[in-house]
Amino acid sequence: MRLHETAHVVGVDRLLIGRVARTPLLSGHHNALLLAENGVLPCDPSGYLGVIALGDPPQVSGTPIASGLRRLDYLDDGDVVAIHPNGFVHTLYRRNSRHNFILATERCNSLCLMCSQPPKEDDDSGRLEEHLRLVDLIDPATEELGITGGEPTLFRDGFLELIARCKRRLPTTSLHVLTNGRLFFYRSFAEKLGQIAHPDLVLGIPLYSDIDQRHDYIVQAQGAFEETVIGLQNLDRYDVRVEIRVVLHALSIPRLSRLAAFIARNSPFACHVALMGLEMFGLVHQHLNELWIDPAGYQQELLEAAGILRDAGMNVSIYNHQLCILDRRLWPLARRSISDWKNVYLPECNGCIAMGQCGGFFQSGTKIRSEYIHPLSPTETPTS
Amino acid sequence: MSAYGLLPFRFLRFDVARTLLVNDAGDYQILGTRDFEHFVHHQLGSEEDAYLDLKAGHFLYDSESLAPFELLATKYRSKKAFLAGFTSLHIFVVSLRCEHSCHYCQVSRVSADRTRYDMSEETARRALDLVFRSPAPRLKIELQGGEPLLHFERVRQIVEEARRRATIEGREVEFVVTTNLALLNDAMLSFFLEEGVILSTSLDGPEALHNANRPRPGNDSHSRTIAGIQRVREVLGHDRVAALMTTTRTSLQSPVEIVDEYVRLGLTSIFLRPLSPYGFALRSVRTTGYSMHEFLDFYTRALDRILEHNAQGIPLVESYAQLLLTRILTPFATGYVDLQSPAGAGIGAVVYNYDGDVYASDEARMLAEMGDTRFRLGNVHRHSYSSIFGGDTLRRIVAASVAESIPGCADCAFLPWCGADPVHHYATTGDVVPHIPTSDFHEKNFFIIKHLLTLCERDAITRRIFWSWVRQESLREEEVA
Repeated sequence: MRLHETAHVVGVDRLLIGRVARTPLLSGHHNALLLAENGVLPCDPSGYLGVIALGDPPQVSGTPIASGLRRLDYLDDGDVVAIHPNGFVHTLYRRNSRHNFILATERCNSLCLMCSQPPKEDDDSGRLEEHLRLVDLIDPATEELGITGGEPTLFRDGFLELIARCKRRLPTTSLHVLTNGRLFFYRSFAEKLGQIAHPDLVLGIPLYSDIDQRHDYIVQAQGAFEETVIGLQNLDRYDVRVEIRVVLHALSIPRLSRLAAFIARNSPFACHVALMGLEMFGLVHQHLNELWIDPAGYQQELLEAAGILRDAGMNVSIYNHQLCILDRRLWPLARRSISDWKNVYLPECNGCIAMGQCGGFFQSGTKIRSEYIHPLSPTETPTS
Repeated sequence: MSAYGLLPFRFLRFDVARTLLVNDAGDYQILGTRDFEHFVHHQLGSEEDAYLDLKAGHFLYDSESLAPFELLATKYRSKKAFLAGFTSLHIFVVSLRCEHSCHYCQVSRVSADRTRYDMSEETARRALDLVFRSPAPRLKIELQGGEPLLHFERVRQIVEEARRRATIEGREVEFVVTTNLALLNDAMLSFFLEEGVILSTSLDGPEALHNANRPRPGNDSHSRTIAGIQRVREVLGHDRVAALMTTTRTSLQSPVEIVDEYVRLGLTSIFLRPLSPYGFALRSVRTTGYSMHEFLDFYTRALDRILEHNAQGIPLVESYAQLLLTRILTPFATGYVDLQSPAGAGIGAVVYNYDGDVYASDEARMLAEMGDTRFRLGNVHRHSYSSIFGGDTLRRIVAASVAESIPGCADCAFLPWCGADPVHHYATTGDVVPHIPTSDFHEKNFFIIKHLLTLCERDAITRRIFWSWVRQESLREEEVA
């Protein structure tokens, strides 16, 4: 499945972001991209924002058109698509998916050793307008929407505007933002976010160590620990819900239980703590020697950390771990977190009875993996 | 030599090999003695585990980062959060009359004279005026006696009026009736059901012990209490009645039997309380009294039994340990009057006596019954809210109960988890400021805190049980296994 493709465009002199319409609309034409298949238009396209044609173009005059598309045949009513003047067409939102997210920016003020989405330095502040327009076009019945990056808060007031727009246009959509939380060190920024009072917002914020230098080293940014932990306090002060995300690797495992105790003691207000296996793409490959540890080798540490957090009454989940290497006592905490279009299974998984419950692997992350992957049989006894 | 600074902490030689460190926010760390010596002499290496643990636990800092100070400040504020709400627990003595004549009872009267010992409608109304002047976001009204069910019309009036006023003001209010349950009838039960009232009762242990401690006509207190508990559960729900026990000289012999009686009755909490040194209790000290040392021996044995039950999956919380453990293991505040500094007398809880006199605590009221009214804050008929809650009497009590300034408390490692009880110390020694080496309050709290820490450090199962008490939920199945 492809989410973007290059088309032949006519009359597209600026970026067009519109809602796909397979069938004629009674209203809202000016925001809609009429979908033509095999040269056949469902109705007269005049008044529509544009036309997207799968395959050959239909006869159109006066309405911008992108044609020659082959792979975007999954497009459906309500999906949101962007057409660039250079012919680049990509899907921003799919109405029937539960994994929609806005990639706010590719810039970041950290450079985590294991970043799966390595940042770029180009100024992409112009994207904010696209995001605001996207929010206007998303179906308000959407249950969940993510905002990720890069570091979304780098838009500063633009970030607040985006959240406020989500609240106004998508008041019943759960909003989950991935941010390093560093800018909430500035209390007024946290206060302004709190004042928006989004009804269902969670900020997912990473914390990798209870020791400042270790966290700073992992995120490759001096002072990041201080900014993040004070940011967490400030967010709680203004009633913004936070989730703490811990990525497990050779640098975070040695003090994992201490980090758990630190979280329970200093950030007991976090609504969720996610303990996450390493995602095998992006920068991680450059730092594999430093980061890689076989998950089968840290089950004791994971068990202890999860126990500390659970004792303290916190919600804990474990992400990105295959069930065959996860201690059975941790199975109730394991979540299938990998997006439906990204996960795969291996030949070793054949015959495994737990495949239905197991998150499997990232498509791009099957080369480096635990040596202990194996099919689970009904008689298998708990590990350790 | 490492370049680090020490953050404020207190310490205690925990045992021959280990030292306990506690910071102002109540975070603690137990260090080997060698590490402790190196730590305080600035000789810990920055890569040693002890160094990293102390740094993360906010006992040392080694940079200009604001993080440790901000986090400590937040935790300190959380621990003292009880101060912001001001008086939230309002206790009404609706009648001093009681049909029980317990040896240890503090002040109640067996009397038929209703006018003399019952709270009047007007007194209740004026007391409620004061209750609703309190800035506390959540109000809790406790109706006690004597036996409050002997004066049920006042219970009804207070609950109904408070409910009405709370609705108008958009405030939360919760009701607890402290009763021996002997006089409970269906009309009362349906009223409690309607108003969501919670009941608190007394159960001292197995039948013979209970009835010996709590005489009443017919000598049937135990069976009436149990029948009452069953009726409350049937009508109001299983969790709507809790019991607490008072330890007498006779009880000291039966810690296991007492705990087992609670388990037999399916109660999920037990509050092991020593005798209070007041009222009739003080006068009968020769027959019912005992030393704090004897009580603590009893407490330890009872707690062991409670833990045995928990380890087998039977949920039973010891309420005093639960309070202390919440203070030790979590960053949160608790609202228990005697375990905070300054003490909660008057500023956390207040007592309206049947005659309209207002006291800083139940103990202050009992002292007045013995003729010493120094802790009377005023009277609902004669004094205003500001003179009662802002007057010199309450100010003096609060000033005397800041444990941080009490000799012997100020440098005690357990200070952040402990509290102060000026009325108790006045009643027992004649001075609101305790003499710590001879204080039974100190003896009790010091011993129990140290005992709980020792148990926490001893084994993982106990630690998990304690955490389940703190979470106020029963142990998950997989944790017992």
